[in-house]
Amino acid sequence: MNIDLVRSFEIFIENFDSFMYGVMMTVLFAIVGTVFGLIIGLLVSGIRAIKIEKTDSEPVKVIKKIAELIIRFYIFVFRGTPMMVQAIFFYYFFRDIFHWTHLEAGLVIIAINTGAYMAEIIRSGIGAIDKGQKEASRSLGLSNVQTLLYIILPQAIRNSFPSIGNQLIVNIKDSSMLNVLPITELFFQTTSIAGSNMQFIETYLITALLYLLLTSLASLALNLFERKMGLAKAHVEMCS
Amino acid sequence: MQEMIKIEGLKKGFEGQHVLKGIDLKLYKGEVMTIIGSSGSGKSTLLRCVNLLEYPDSGHIYFKDQDILAKGFDVNSYRSHVNMVFQSFNLFNNYDVLGNLTLGQIKVLKRSKDEAKEIAIHNLKRVGMQDFMHADVRKLSGGQKQRVAIARALSMSPEIILFDEPTSALDPEMVNEVLRVIKDLADDGLTMMIVTHEMRFAKDVSHKVAFMSEGVISEFGTASEIFEHPKKERTRQFLASLNI
Ligand SMILES: Nc1ncnc2c1ncn2[C@@H]1O[C@H](COP(=O)(O)OP(=O)(O)OP(=O)(O)O)[C@@H](O)[C@H]1O
Ligand SMILES: [Mg+2]
Repeated sequence: MNIDLVRSFEIFIENFDSFMYGVMMTVLFAIVGTVFGLIIGLLVSGIRAIKIEKTDSEPVKVIKKIAELIIRFYIFVFRGTPMMVQAIFFYYFFRDIFHWTHLEAGLVIIAINTGAYMAEIIRSGIGAIDKGQKEASRSLGLSNVQTLLYIILPQAIRNSFPSIGNQLIVNIKDSSMLNVLPITELFFQTTSIAGSNMQFIETYLITALLYLLLTSLASLALNLFERKMGLAKAHVEMCS
Repeated sequence: MQEMIKIEGLKKGFEGQHVLKGIDLKLYKGEVMTIIGSSGSGKSTLLRCVNLLEYPDSGHIYFKDQDILAKGFDVNSYRSHVNMVFQSFNLFNNYDVLGNLTLGQIKVLKRSKDEAKEIAIHNLKRVGMQDFMHADVRKLSGGQKQRVAIARALSMSPEIILFDEPTSALDPEMVNEVLRVIKDLADDGLTMMIVTHEMRFAKDVSHKVAFMSEGVISEFGTASEIFEHPKKERTRQFLASLNI
């Protein structure tokens, strides 16, 4: 059980284009999955935060109730099953309707899967905001939706920024599950490279390092972004 | 005098506990009404019903003869006329002071940004907070926060402001700066309903005083009637317990 590091390096150089293609696809899936997942999560947790009110008309109450049930089912299913299974199931289930490519299906599935996690993240972010701000907003005459858009969601995003960012890191790694479709992301590329040279340890070492590089860069970027948001706040204080 | 709020037979309970057991009340234009009474007597619930933050179980509430509990009544527009100031300030943490004052004006009253800002600054001056326009609201002292909250309500050009224990969460040295602001509003003729435990202030500022006890208004009258010549033993006991 020894690793030939030189051979590892050779494999990297020989298959540079394949590795880079895999990296590119992985980055694409991680970013698209996280961005659209966040949008889905905001939408879903936003809808969920609009509670049924005494002053609502009957049809509105029914619609809100149904929306809540659909959302709960969505989160239940997508958090409770592996993305690998979701990918295969939904790709074939909708293939004859959408006529979609593996790439399209993969992007949609990672976004919807991430959305379920984001919905829970944002929901707890919303829960952390004191109820008083919502009441103050309503007492000024802002509607439920306005309160959500201008008061609740901006703070929920800020509160849960570390967890939202963490989903990007999770997606860099978990996009590898989409190799089953197949999607030619980094893990899939590695399987084919290792399948032809049969030097699994040397090949997967490269892959592991590439994943580490990606996740570290993502962490760094997230930290910078967070710091920048912090600086923006400090600026407001300086003006006062 | 114009009737601003009329409450008839208002009842409200929570999980089987009767909190308001039939309230009748009239608030006239330009009137300052304070609501006093021991903890748990239903003062906040009454105020919250008027703002529809709580929805009454039965009874009626009229705002200038409009039934605010009627189907299809525009609650949001109503609330923009009848604002509430809370014990815990409830400023919006994602906006600076100015943003807190302009949001409702722009989104609810559809005022232009410039107009909203002008009105906001005018009201910050009224509460003595004009130097803190761009301050982060989380960095303000309690008294400053409450003055900003009052300016936020004023910026909506409301017809009534409801105050729920505006000074109860404040350190003693900050109570007066807030009471002084409310007193100024009373002198300006603003219609207000104020729940308070500050009896000297209540005596000083109120046209009418409602003494609540166990979900009913047990005694109602002018400030001197309630504070100097209370008719009911209950009222006397309550006032004595506060030793004023
Ligand atoms: N949202 C609620 N759910 C359940 N019970 C409530 C709710 N709001 C108020 N109550 C109950 O109703 C009763 C009256 O409460 P309320 O806050 O109106 O009293 P209060 O007179 O304002 O008292 P305080 O002086 O302590 O503020 C209390 O027993 C309280 O526990
Ligand atoms: Mg109270």
